[in-house]
Amino acid sequence: MNQFQYVRATKPQAAIEVVAKDPTAAFIAGGTNLVDLMKRGVMTPQKLVDINRLPLNKIERQGNALRVGALALNSAVANDAQVREHHPLLALALQAGASGQLRNMATVGGNMLQRTRCAYFYDLSMPCNKRQPGTGCGALEGINRMHAIFGASDKCIAVHPSDMSVALVALDATVLVSGPKGDRQLPFADLHRLPGNTPEKDTNLLPGELITAVDIPDSPFAKHVHYQKVRERASYAFALVSAAVALDLDGNTIKAARLALGGVAHKPWRLAAAEQVLVGQPATEASFRRAAEVAMQGAKAFKHNAFKLKLAPNALVQALKTAAAA
Amino acid sequence: MKEQAQPKHIGAGMNRVDGFQKVTGAAKYSAEYELPGLAYGVLVGSTVAKGRITSLDTKAAAGAPGVLAVVTHLNSPKVPGFTPSGKDPSQPQTVGGRLQVFHDDKIRFSDQPIALVVADTLERARYAARLVKAQYAKEAHQTNLLEAKSFLPTQAKQNPKSPMADYQRGQGDAYQGGALKVESEYIIPTEMHHPMEMQSITAHWEAADRLTLYDKTQGTQGTRRDFAKEWNLPEENVKVVATFVGGAFGNALHSWPHESAAIIGAKVTGRPVKLMLTREQMFTLVGYRPYTWQKIGMSATADGKITAITHESVGQTSSYEEFTESTLAQTRMMYQAPNLATRYRIAAVDVSTPIWMRGPGEATGAFALESAMDEMAYLLKLDPLEFRLRNYTDQDPEKNRPWSTKFLKECYQAGADRIGWRKRQLQPGALREGDWLLGYGMGVGTFGAHRGAAQVSARLLPTGRVLLQCATTDIGPGTGTAMTQIAADTLGLDPARITFELGQSGFPKAGSQGGSSTVNTVGQAVQDASRALLDKLRQQAAAGNAAFGSAAPADVVFTDKHLTLKGNDAARVAYADLLRQPDAGFVLVESKPDGADQQKYSMYSFSVHFAEVAVHVLTGEVRVRKLVSCADAGTIVNEKTAANQMKGGAVGGIGMALMEHAIIDDRYGRYVTKDFADYHVPVHADAPAVEVYFVNQPDPHVNALGTKGIGEIATIGVAPAIANAVFNATGKRVRELPITPDKLV
Repeated sequence: MNQFQYVRATKPQAAIEVVAKDPTAAFIAGGTNLVDLMKRGVMTPQKLVDINRLPLNKIERQGNALRVGALALNSAVANDAQVREHHPLLALALQAGASGQLRNMATVGGNMLQRTRCAYFYDLSMPCNKRQPGTGCGALEGINRMHAIFGASDKCIAVHPSDMSVALVALDATVLVSGPKGDRQLPFADLHRLPGNTPEKDTNLLPGELITAVDIPDSPFAKHVHYQKVRERASYAFALVSAAVALDLDGNTIKAARLALGGVAHKPWRLAAAEQVLVGQPATEASFRRAAEVAMQGAKAFKHNAFKLKLAPNALVQALKTAAAA
Repeated sequence: MKEQAQPKHIGAGMNRVDGFQKVTGAAKYSAEYELPGLAYGVLVGSTVAKGRITSLDTKAAAGAPGVLAVVTHLNSPKVPGFTPSGKDPSQPQTVGGRLQVFHDDKIRFSDQPIALVVADTLERARYAARLVKAQYAKEAHQTNLLEAKSFLPTQAKQNPKSPMADYQRGQGDAYQGGALKVESEYIIPTEMHHPMEMQSITAHWEAADRLTLYDKTQGTQGTRRDFAKEWNLPEENVKVVATFVGGAFGNALHSWPHESAAIIGAKVTGRPVKLMLTREQMFTLVGYRPYTWQKIGMSATADGKITAITHESVGQTSSYEEFTESTLAQTRMMYQAPNLATRYRIAAVDVSTPIWMRGPGEATGAFALESAMDEMAYLLKLDPLEFRLRNYTDQDPEKNRPWSTKFLKECYQAGADRIGWRKRQLQPGALREGDWLLGYGMGVGTFGAHRGAAQVSARLLPTGRVLLQCATTDIGPGTGTAMTQIAADTLGLDPARITFELGQSGFPKAGSQGGSSTVNTVGQAVQDASRALLDKLRQQAAAGNAAFGSAAPADVVFTDKHLTLKGNDAARVAYADLLRQPDAGFVLVESKPDGADQQKYSMYSFSVHFAEVAVHVLTGEVRVRKLVSCADAGTIVNEKTAANQMKGGAVGGIGMALMEHAIIDDRYGRYVTKDFADYHVPVHADAPAVEVYFVNQPDPHVNALGTKGIGEIATIGVAPAIANAVFNATGKRVRELPITPDKLV
């Protein structure tokens, strides 16, 4: 680990000023990802601004939405009564992530901003455009069974590892941001980027911008939901693929649907076209299978991850079956 | 005789004698010795897999705060035991020896240590290690076993009795002519050790020619021998302490580069140096289960008699050291097959040297053999259990001699009853619960009931306690507890008054803890030493009280302050008086196996594992719902710690079957699975209840205790049981482990 300065912020604006002025500074909250990256020398901030004391951990109603503070712990959100009643999909996704110990440290903001788990990103002696632009993508022709099938570029085929974000993109959440130029909001789907030619940029946040909260709008998706995470062991593993689904049912007819996949792209992957396919259809496996086929349009596999072309639609179908029966 | 009396402690589930120390943190592991002036070492690894170091810039590291030394091949002191660089070109490619760290500029595998940074704190050493910069002249490397140029017979082949030598009975490759035959290839990927405690050593030169090592090792005297030789010291000048070992499954049966490096670092700095590997370095510096390709050809008659088996394997080793294991041993003796051939080969690739990993080669071989047995049973439309019974061996078909004991049929029956084998359907995919397909499978394991020579000392203390000592280690199975139970029954003494000390090279002689041999070997030495002590005490007491002279050793009774006799309370000799005699109350006994019995009988432990699995029809996820492990391991000394070993071995088998897989990117010769996020071992949710059954029948030929050994058979056969259950559930035969969802979806 490199040597670094450590400062503790008590006001959001003060924290933002420090990081906005100093490109080598970084916010730290739970530190469950950043500290690992620093130990390995993948990230080398010269200054850490500890934001844990900022008053950003409330979970409360705001108009037609539930506002979850950026510093709310993953475990606190997963266990929150309002979250469980109105947005159970979010609770399910959070519980599928990491381990109990990590959920007790990790924050909502940090969860969104965690970096990819691509092995080439972590190994300083291998090429990685995300870690060091211009060095090439190690995974493209390398070991890529965990990698993207949607939206990849020849510069980067990494996937975003968050489970929580897959639920939030399905639930049409909005991210609240404070920055040196004031506050702004952006749809959750616009927070993360596709790699394109600049895979070093994970998100559309500007220098110094701090996520303060996420708003989850009221919706009819409180009952028929499921988060299906397929992984190589029963717990504590990143997804091979995951599916967040929510249905609004009238009897057995689908009024509306929200679908997203995780573990398939550089960002949580919302499936708008597949959602439309389901509207007005009966909640049957045949309908789900048709939607899953639409969902997979444009998917492209690499040497080791062709199984995702089959696993992802299967996970979607399984999630929809479970959600419909809920 | 005492030993014929009903054992009181042997067999019981006595709590671990060191359990309290372990759960309270009082147990001291090798990285927990705080010596005055202690310094910390951190290794810097090569980033290329093959080539030469052309330049090393250590200036920044050497100048960093707190740094005491940066050792490289450019400035390392001469290690007397290191041989000149360069290999004898007339020798096969794989022959060589342990890596000679910092000895030359040659890189033999990625992450080979190229520098050791020693500093006054761990953090400063770690920081400075990052400042070391190296440049290399890269050479083309080969890290892919299947693409390696030559598959070589091993040096061990020169010994025709070795399980690595080519073997044949009847006609070679006779299976090819069989009408009903199976011919399949199997792959076991590289699997990593990763016990909870990472490898660590604290090296301390107490004088220029006296070295003390607090080291994670499975053999204190093996480690002593290696480093005495490396530094050209008399063995008595090297002391190795391994009182507690935080899990070791073969990874501490060998001496590794970090140990040599720490000793060099301590020499250079004149301070004791502690060096603990990182989790990442555990992938490259302490051995692993080697990637192994296997092929089995098997033929049988329509009524289920095996007519021929050919089993071939190729395992990987490093380019500088030959590693071999008994991958094909089980195939030669498990089933009655008149025509049988085994051919074991190795190939050298540019990786670090592999090492035994629990079950070692036998577990690798059993995956192929027991999978092939299942394939043949399906071909014959026979219940796989019935197929095994039709080819059961009542005597060893390899050596044509009787088994010392074999209760495998009893294990089959007990396991089949417990798993509910009757529910199993011959037709794959016939059982289903919702979206989950259910399947049942079995796998058999065996391992030699090895026994070597060991010495144990026993001493009566003035307090009436008995202290036994032996250089053996306890890597987790509860050795100290088992030895205390054996001594308690033999001495007729409360276990609370017995102390068994282990884990120091200066204690009486013992081999390393490995190969399921410790209770067979050291356990018998403890029994023999305890008997000898009892008899010596009786004789010495006779000087003070004649009644002892004619008493049987078993009649000697220990009270708080006196030795007395059963049924003769008047005969009393105070410990204080007894111990006044020279050399009183002390024995040192060596126990050796009976050579004649070893010639006459084939001695093996046996196990069978039954698995019930569920496979999701859409996601391909496999869940092991139940495991039953049954063992014929002779006398069970401690039913609780023995069952614990069986359960641990079974969970290791789940890892083998379903998730463990270290992957190298061959372009760089580097692992891409270098932490627990990428290299998966089972978590609690993956481990179902494991039901354990012991036949618990003594083997009269291995030793007087009747033990045969448990550690390896706990794992051997588990992976194929699960793989066979997956086939029974899905009809998919996965011949390359692990069985991950991508292979089933």
